[in-house]
Amino acid sequence: MTWYIVRRFLQLIPVFLGATLLVYFLVFSLPGDATAAICGERGCTPAVIAGLREQYNLDQPFWIQYLLYLKGVLTFDLGTNFSGRPIATIIAEVFPTTAKLAVMALILEAVFGIVFGLIAGLRKGRIFDSSVLVLSLIVIAVPIFVLGFLMQFLIGVKLEWANPTVSGDATISELLLPAVVLGLVSFAYVLRLTRTSIIENVNADYVRTATAKGLSRKRVVVVHVLRNSLIPVVTFLGADLGALMGGAIVTEGIFNVNGVGNTLYRAVLNGDGPMVVSIVTFLILIFCLANLLVDLLYAWLDPRIRYA
Amino acid sequence: MRYTRSSTMLSVAAIAVLALSACGSDSDSSADGGGGGDTEAVIVVDGSEPQNPLIPTSTNEVGGGAILDLIFAGLVSYDADGVSQNEVAESIETEDAQNYTITLKEGQTFTNGDPVTANSFVDAWNYGAAAKNAQLSSYFFESIEGYDEASAEGSEVETMSGLEVVDDLTFTVALSQPESDWPLRLGYSAFAPLPAVAFDDPAAFGENPIGNGPYMFASEGAWQHNQQIELVPNEDYEGPKEAQNGGITFKIYQNDTTAYQDLISDNLDVLKIIPTSDIKNFKNDLGERWVESPYAGNQTIAIPYYLPNWDGEAGKLRRQALSMAIDRPEITEVIFSNGRTPAEEFTAPVLDGYNPDLPGSENLEFNPEEARSLWEQAEEIEPYDESEPLTIGYNADKGDHKTWVEAVVNSIKNNLDIEVSGKPYATFKEARTEATDGTLSGALRSGWQADYPSLYNFLGPIYATGAGSNDARYSNPEFDQKLTEGLAATSVEEGNEIMNEAQEMILDDLPAIPLWYQVAQGGWSNNVDGVEFGWNGVPLYYAITGN
Repeated sequence: MTWYIVRRFLQLIPVFLGATLLVYFLVFSLPGDATAAICGERGCTPAVIAGLREQYNLDQPFWIQYLLYLKGVLTFDLGTNFSGRPIATIIAEVFPTTAKLAVMALILEAVFGIVFGLIAGLRKGRIFDSSVLVLSLIVIAVPIFVLGFLMQFLIGVKLEWANPTVSGDATISELLLPAVVLGLVSFAYVLRLTRTSIIENVNADYVRTATAKGLSRKRVVVVHVLRNSLIPVVTFLGADLGALMGGAIVTEGIFNVNGVGNTLYRAVLNGDGPMVVSIVTFLILIFCLANLLVDLLYAWLDPRIRYA
Repeated sequence: MRYTRSSTMLSVAAIAVLALSACGSDSDSSADGGGGGDTEAVIVVDGSEPQNPLIPTSTNEVGGGAILDLIFAGLVSYDADGVSQNEVAESIETEDAQNYTITLKEGQTFTNGDPVTANSFVDAWNYGAAAKNAQLSSYFFESIEGYDEASAEGSEVETMSGLEVVDDLTFTVALSQPESDWPLRLGYSAFAPLPAVAFDDPAAFGENPIGNGPYMFASEGAWQHNQQIELVPNEDYEGPKEAQNGGITFKIYQNDTTAYQDLISDNLDVLKIIPTSDIKNFKNDLGERWVESPYAGNQTIAIPYYLPNWDGEAGKLRRQALSMAIDRPEITEVIFSNGRTPAEEFTAPVLDGYNPDLPGSENLEFNPEEARSLWEQAEEIEPYDESEPLTIGYNADKGDHKTWVEAVVNSIKNNLDIEVSGKPYATFKEARTEATDGTLSGALRSGWQADYPSLYNFLGPIYATGAGSNDARYSNPEFDQKLTEGLAATSVEEGNEIMNEAQEMILDDLPAIPLWYQVAQGGWSNNVDGVEFGWNGVPLYYAITGN
């Protein structure tokens, strides 16, 4: 088990190198000169442009730029973005907010998705099941920005139950509304995955055995049916954590959350290479770790799965 | 130049909300007529993240500009109408429009207690111009003698020879040529004074700037990046912009649509730009709490002379035909709900010297018959090369230009029967790079927002030979000559007259096609009073009071 975890961590190294190289190259090949974004409509004098290019290593060829960046990362210096602020500081500012938001969304979607999916699966074909299925289909079909603006307008502006936007402090209560919006679509998927999985397992032999040997219905459902049904759901949730961290651009935009998504979006527009690469690499690492966690959870959920 | 960075990233998405908000406006018109509002209230206004450290000479965009204008006071400042008045300066004197003697008021201090002296200005300007400091706004000092030496690439010269300190409160400025509108520029934030501490560690100073303006940072670290910037009144400030409130907090928004939701739920006090998606319903939503106020900015389409079809005599006729084929009144009404006004020349109506009846302004009037006949005349001189149809480029990342570009394209298509199309650039920098390198494959939309209230600011930097923003690569020695003459005029009135003569030339040549003048559309919450917009489209923050 320990060796397995060590091996998985070692695998992160090529992933890190490959990802940074690829992303750095993509940002490097974006059309347009990065100094044009800094200088604005009127432009700068040639001397100023030369100064900026030197400051951000833009006068170097691609490989040198990339190696300089790598050198920085290995010495724990991510450099500065095009506004002259240390990238590490920026990530430290925005990451906690996004992490909070993502975890809240994850908890909401997991709890409600599994509970609703369980009930729907056990009552297959009844009115609760059918209505939940229709509702989840609607949620999946409607684009997230429509849901976002709709909830912001109804709950934030009309009913005034919450502020329409999130302040700099990003408290738990402020983040509740964006977390609901962010988790809504995944909630529908979790619900449907759980439901299908439950329906499959309810008729399995081991469930009949458990019932036959006189276990209470509660114990059969929770310990035997649900636990065995969770594997696909956990796989989905693990992958979703990564998506929630990086893919919250739309939700963060609507609710004015100063998070990773917004920061990434601005950096891409400005062609701010080091900033984009740092954030994306960070997200990739989180994604990999979440996957590792999922794989370890498998072994806990299903003792037949063993890692050596 | 400050370019507008306001993003309407999600404005298309917001259309979904349009219908809802239109029917749900419970606007209670509570504008109280009487003055004397609460002068202790802290006003929350919308802002955007400053892109650079808050050093006057390294800020070239509106987000940082709005803050700098409040925490620094320059030699002169502009009132709501753009009329310049002395602020820190006691007097600015010249006899030949080339050599200026500037005297400062006594007893002015920075908020750290340092006195504002002649050196505060001279050192700041030298710092801004010197190439080794790579300041984005260095070109603002280009008129000063010795600028060329200090700003040349790789130059180690740190001072401009044209600046000389006489005593603590007096300094002299020698320009490299006479420029009568030069004192007008001194209200722009790049000309602000800096305390000595700024030069020790400019980056740290830019995080916590110390100024001499009507406001100051509430504390160290008042700039919470991408969240808010908190300003409180500077009690020592004496001047025309004294604070009428207990402080201004700039709340930083990623897009205007979101800010608008905060405005209508009274979580934001002042919004300076109504998002495109809400233009049709903001008057309904806000009751009496909105304003439309023309400001010194315009929108044009620059057509490079290096494109085939658009140079020479035939090119000139085609440019005129194109201009006459655009139905400006209809587009401003339908697309912007009259939130723009059709252009009649190259500058802006709020400026001193503006004249809508210049000879040649008929080229900007909608006249499809004349347009067709001009196009045919051009065809006789040189047939139109159909293999390179005209495109009108715009940046798709910010500012929501697609809608109006498509409207202009349709207007031209319908009235001239030629192939035209809109060309989106993914990012602003991509469009700017092609414009700067001279590799545009078509026309490019370009907006200009005045740095300082002067006709020249709309002409020199854009249409003079070799100028920084001359996207069209227009070059006309007679026009350049007129500009020089206009600058050298001994009075601003005389200068304006000559500037307008220069305008007549470009109204005929049309290096760019002026479309419309900008109108600031803004709104405020139920909590504040006394919101007024200035000549540059920025609210007069200091005059806002609580309700």
